Amino acid sequence: MVTEEAQTAGANGSHSWIRRFLVQKYDFLEQPIPLISRLLIIIASLALLFVFLFPLWNMTFFSNQYTDGLALDIYAYRLEGAKTPNRDDLREINSLNHYIGMRPLLESDFSEFVWLPFAIGGLVLLALRAVVLGKMSKLVDVFVLFVYFSLYSLWSFYYRLHSYGHNLDPTAAIKVEPFTPPLFGEQVVGNFTVYSYPDVASYLFIVYGLLLLAALVWAWRGYKRDLRASEAAS
Amino acid sequence: MKNLFKKPRSLWIFLGIFLLASFLTIGSCARRSALKQDKGGAAEAATLTYVAPGDIDEYYLFYSGGHSGNVYVAGVPSMRHISTIPVFAKYPATGYGFDKESKEMLGDYDWGDVHHPALSETKGDYDGRWLFVNDNGNNRVARIDLRDFKTKQILGPVPNVSGFHGGAFVTPNSEYVLAASRFSIPLPKGTAASVEEYASKYKGVVSGIAIKPDSGEMSVGWQILMPPYNYDLGDAGKGPSEGWAFWTSYNTEKAIGKLEVTSTQRERDYIVAVNWKEVEKAVQAGKTQVIDGVPVIDPVQNPGLVYLIPCSKSPHGVDISPDGKWIIGSGKLQSITTAYSVEKMLAAIQAKNFSGEEDGLPILNYDAIKEAEVNVGLGPLHTQFDNQGNAYTSLFVESAVAKWRLGSWDVVDKIPITYNIGHLATAEGDTVDPDGKFLVALNKLSHGTHLNVGPSQPESTQLIGIETEKMKLLYNAFTEPEPHYAQIIKADKLKPIEVYQKEENKNPFAIWDINDAKAERTADGVVVKTVLVRSTITPTAVEVNQGDKVTFHLTNIEQTTDELHGFGLLEYNINVVVDPGETKTIEFVANKPGVYAYYCTNFCSALHQEMQGYLVVKPK
Repeated sequence: MVTEEAQTAGANGSHSWIRRFLVQKYDFLEQPIPLISRLLIIIASLALLFVFLFPLWNMTFFSNQYTDGLALDIYAYRLEGAKTPNRDDLREINSLNHYIGMRPLLESDFSEFVWLPFAIGGLVLLALRAVVLGKMSKLVDVFVLFVYFSLYSLWSFYYRLHSYGHNLDPTAAIKVEPFTPPLFGEQVVGNFTVYSYPDVASYLFIVYGLLLLAALVWAWRGYKRDLRASEAAS
Repeated sequence: MKNLFKKPRSLWIFLGIFLLASFLTIGSCARRSALKQDKGGAAEAATLTYVAPGDIDEYYLFYSGGHSGNVYVAGVPSMRHISTIPVFAKYPATGYGFDKESKEMLGDYDWGDVHHPALSETKGDYDGRWLFVNDNGNNRVARIDLRDFKTKQILGPVPNVSGFHGGAFVTPNSEYVLAASRFSIPLPKGTAASVEEYASKYKGVVSGIAIKPDSGEMSVGWQILMPPYNYDLGDAGKGPSEGWAFWTSYNTEKAIGKLEVTSTQRERDYIVAVNWKEVEKAVQAGKTQVIDGVPVIDPVQNPGLVYLIPCSKSPHGVDISPDGKWIIGSGKLQSITTAYSVEKMLAAIQAKNFSGEEDGLPILNYDAIKEAEVNVGLGPLHTQFDNQGNAYTSLFVESAVAKWRLGSWDVVDKIPITYNIGHLATAEGDTVDPDGKFLVALNKLSHGTHLNVGPSQPESTQLIGIETEKMKLLYNAFTEPEPHYAQIIKADKLKPIEVYQKEENKNPFAIWDINDAKAERTADGVVVKTVLVRSTITPTAVEVNQGDKVTFHLTNIEQTTDELHGFGLLEYNINVVVDPGETKTIEFVANKPGVYAYYCTNFCSALHQEMQGYLVVKPK
């Protein structure tokens, strides 16, 4: 499988191992995806479908008045405040925020709720495409896209928080220094202590990513094993 | 698949994921339960608040009933509601608003909005004689006599006053009940001007309601014409600040419309300092104009009477420390409260150390009179004091009480409140000599911390022990709407009667002998002199003609404590309760023919049920 050119280059010294590595990778990308890896990808895709059932992120706001916390669940496609017959937390959060001039959290303002489900569907389809077409490069594509998608989503979420906390109505009754609500962890904002943590759907994303990674690692190890075997045979 | 489970490393990946997920989930549950409130120390709290059957409380708590129009009386430390004193609304339970005298006092108004009870003072200490309350709704002020816990006078609607919120606050020797307008209007009343002309045509008013020293009789003394700010709360100076009175103001923007926004644009509003002793002199010197019958003084034309003290925007309470040296004022949207020095204020006035003027009134230089800014917490509203040199500030936004020291200005303790504390009251806390011991938090929301009684929820009052360095929550009580303010007075300062002595009953229609009880025809109707005594209403039957004006003079000739008798007349919408030794009069036109029973409505004796009679109305 190692070409003559590569052997020639190898004779030329220091560039040889880089060349060999690249060539090996190109070769790996052309390989079929092994069965176990395909199964892992299918499980990953299924896991991702469940993202819609659970919140991605949870923010809970505690204060003396709300010792049980006002809870806000962020799903891939909607916002949901905790709601009992006696309290509607999203409405409550919005009416409290108006004192500091923060814009109300409205589902219709979040373009994420449109493109996130589309992108998630895309990730599921691309993963299944890799299973069907069965070439390693397709798996690498979807994994790279996933990493990009995750980082972009986190940035987008952070940017949302930043802009809600920085575009405060200057005529608000209570003037506060612009702030960014916490993306991860705990922060004191006025009389509230805010806890912000990823929720089940985010863990499903992690599961998806880790399974794709596992599929890659599995295939790579098999590839290396086969390579060693053929080298030993030759 | 066989391979998958042969390979331990793949298994590790799965295990890792699940462990990570479970760890994060457990972590988030743990942090929620950690925020549960500490309910320890129950035995100690119970001992401190327990008043055994047969024992009585150490203090009276008088708290306003807001738009119920009533004043409520509770005992401290038990927090038991003991009595309701009707003031601005009818109250069938005592017959208030049904008899001639109380009906005339109430006039055409069916409600009032009681905000701030003020106990009368002598030398800056509660003297236990009267309780004054304001009516924010219909611009009145009332006096309750603490000898019998009855409303004796309602003054008003007071001319030129609109929204009698900034009261009632008494001066240290009860010379005046002071009160200010919350809602400025064009003056005199009856003038109509568009709200667009608010800044120029509308006026606020500060009133000195004079009190007669012996009888407590109130009359409108004088008024000060003020810029159209909204005047909120006040307090009278004492000691070095005696002769001064202070009010907070909001909307110094003189804005209209959505005040939530329009009145909160400036960083500062004002505490208004009024030299009422000088006002008194100026009024006597005739430097007034008469508006709607009241001598009104213009502080712009008469300098030296009114000064503006800058305060963080939208302040609510302004409170003078027991020694009279400090003025405590807080913007209710900030996290600090400011202590101003009275000494520095007087010096700044002397030196004309002004930072400018607004609406013709000099603004005192904030930096020159500010003693300290105390970082109490979010939403400071109102401050009270104890006998150890501590101040207690209610924090609405934070739902807490902050305890801090006068002089060192350190915040030493904070206690959470359920929920949203408005005012607070410490034992004798508005006097020159507070008792400490107890603090009552008057909370705006109870948030279902009680047996569920449906959407219309009670307010809550919480008793906090302040004898120790750390404040301790002792008791939760639930009160009817709506306690805006309260005062706590040592029980032994009051010596209320339980029976009206026969000798002091000067009512010309009182009779004390059953044989004198009779119905007499007069020129326009029938007058019935009636005796109420266990267990007969005499006369037991009265005959009148349809259309007669009927007057019952009802005397309860009992001289024993708690022997009250009622007089309820069916379908004539009448019920009064007459206390032992008291005479009350009811008047009505017998416009419905037929036979109508009357009976004793307030249980009195074994034969209470037999205590009844008939009004026979003969048709025309």
